[in-house]
Amino acid sequence: MNDRLNDRRGAPGTSRLERIICLRCPRGCEITTSLDGYGAILEIEGNVCRLGRQYVEQEVHNPTRILPTSVRVRNGRYPLVPVWTPRPIPKQYLRDLARSTRSVELEAPINVGQIVISNWQGLGIDVVASGEVERV
Amino acid sequence: MQADTRYDVIVIGGGPAGLAAALEAHADGQTRVLLVERNDTLGGILPQCIHNGFGAVVFNQDLPGSEYAWRYRTMVEQSGIDVLLDTMVLDVTAELDVYAMNDRDGYMRLRPRAIVLAMGCRERTRAQIRLPGSRCAGVFGAGTVQRLVNIEGYMPGRRFLILGSGDIGMIMARRLTIEGAEVIGVLELLPFLTGLRRNYVQCLQDWGIPLYLSTTVNRVIGGRRLEAVETIRVGDDLQPIPGTEGLVECDTLLLSVGLIPENELSRKAGVTLDPRTGGPVVDSAMSTTVAGIFAAGNVTSIYDLVDYVSKAGAVAGRSAARYARERPDGRAETVTVAAGKNVASVIPQRIRFDTPVSEENLLMLRPSALMEHSVQVELRAGSRVLASFRGNYSRPAEMMIHRLKPQQLRALKSAPRREITAEIQ
Repeated sequence: MNDRLNDRRGAPGTSRLERIICLRCPRGCEITTSLDGYGAILEIEGNVCRLGRQYVEQEVHNPTRILPTSVRVRNGRYPLVPVWTPRPIPKQYLRDLARSTRSVELEAPINVGQIVISNWQGLGIDVVASGEVERV
Repeated sequence: MQADTRYDVIVIGGGPAGLAAALEAHADGQTRVLLVERNDTLGGILPQCIHNGFGAVVFNQDLPGSEYAWRYRTMVEQSGIDVLLDTMVLDVTAELDVYAMNDRDGYMRLRPRAIVLAMGCRERTRAQIRLPGSRCAGVFGAGTVQRLVNIEGYMPGRRFLILGSGDIGMIMARRLTIEGAEVIGVLELLPFLTGLRRNYVQCLQDWGIPLYLSTTVNRVIGGRRLEAVETIRVGDDLQPIPGTEGLVECDTLLLSVGLIPENELSRKAGVTLDPRTGGPVVDSAMSTTVAGIFAAGNVTSIYDLVDYVSKAGAVAGRSAARYARERPDGRAETVTVAAGKNVASVIPQRIRFDTPVSEENLLMLRPSALMEHSVQVELRAGSRVLASFRGNYSRPAEMMIHRLKPQQLRALKSAPRREITAEIQ
């Protein structure tokens, strides 16, 4: 494993080679794929199942991830409540959303499943509590 | 001192193994169960594991550890199981006496009919890896920082370096970055990643945190507080290569260098420990070598997925309830499994043949060798292969889990001298 693994360089109009570690299961196949200038898969190898191909298609066009973090709570038994994005969000928003959650402060009590940030930036992204904090 | 004999089963430890054990022991509706936890809340390490990656096996869902814990905690609260929080178990004896204390009930002597040990594990410390250099502040276990950042809301530094590419180290690298701290990189002594690959992608690659393989800490530098870390490259023999030193300025060093089962109580109770796992020797029913004492989860061996800790806890809970009910005389028939070629350790170390058909009879192997091709696991008596199964690869970071089928159990039962060896080819 090295840092060239997810190198995405390559000008539009030319074919490019990508190496992607599949996240669909713990096996973590190292998949090599060549794409045409429009990002369509020309060749793919290293995946052992069809989920690997699906993952590569998703990862090339719109990579998504789950963001787990925490936000501050006032008047609670704990000063923080854990939160996450139950639905994976486009990878490009990870850092901005992380920054946004750092300035959120909630009032206890907080329940599991409670929406903490709704429709962030109008992008349909919800941040939801994954723990509870009683009021004290 | 008069013993309190109210309970059939006492479970020691309210983490994932203990929660599952208590629920299963209580499931028959007749067994009186007490769950004892030294923390002020149930869940063990899970409430501070706010990242997802839990529950795929048990709930068929990808959940954060905090939510996984909440689900179990809610089930226990609704079940009517007696729970003692803030309570420290001081001693357990082979006669099944449990000595415990808290600030409400004082000193207690309890005498159940069966005990489940579910004390989990602890982080390996700086002293245990003999890290040289200054004894300054700023060197923490990764799990300790996880608690500080995720539960207590306290950020213990600004510029971090992490030693160890296990899952906790990588998860904390991302966690600190999300909270706005700077993570310079993750060092790994071995020439390969020791945690799961998905964590390499999601925690390091996605956040641009570099991984330095075959690299370790040569010296800790600082006065009152950590100021820098001298790094050094190591060779294939894992020995430092002179002349490859580097200097990294940082104020905090996180150690993610392994976990150790916590077995002070197991030793007091006189159960036999396995030097390979660091935990009690258990059989398929999660029974230890002392009759009536069961054990499950990270107290027996370090697991990589909590779902299997819950499963092991459930087996221990069912077995303890059964033992409390039936008080069997005499020991069950077992075959001993030894770790052979390319295997670091095995759970359970003894296979028994009287477990109910509903039990899954999971055999879990910790591989010692990295092999990125399909492998064959063989359970052998000498040169004879009694049972075998295939795996897609062998990685020390991932337990190999196999459900022993009835015909495989029958084959193992025939082992001469009641001994078999597990090997990965």
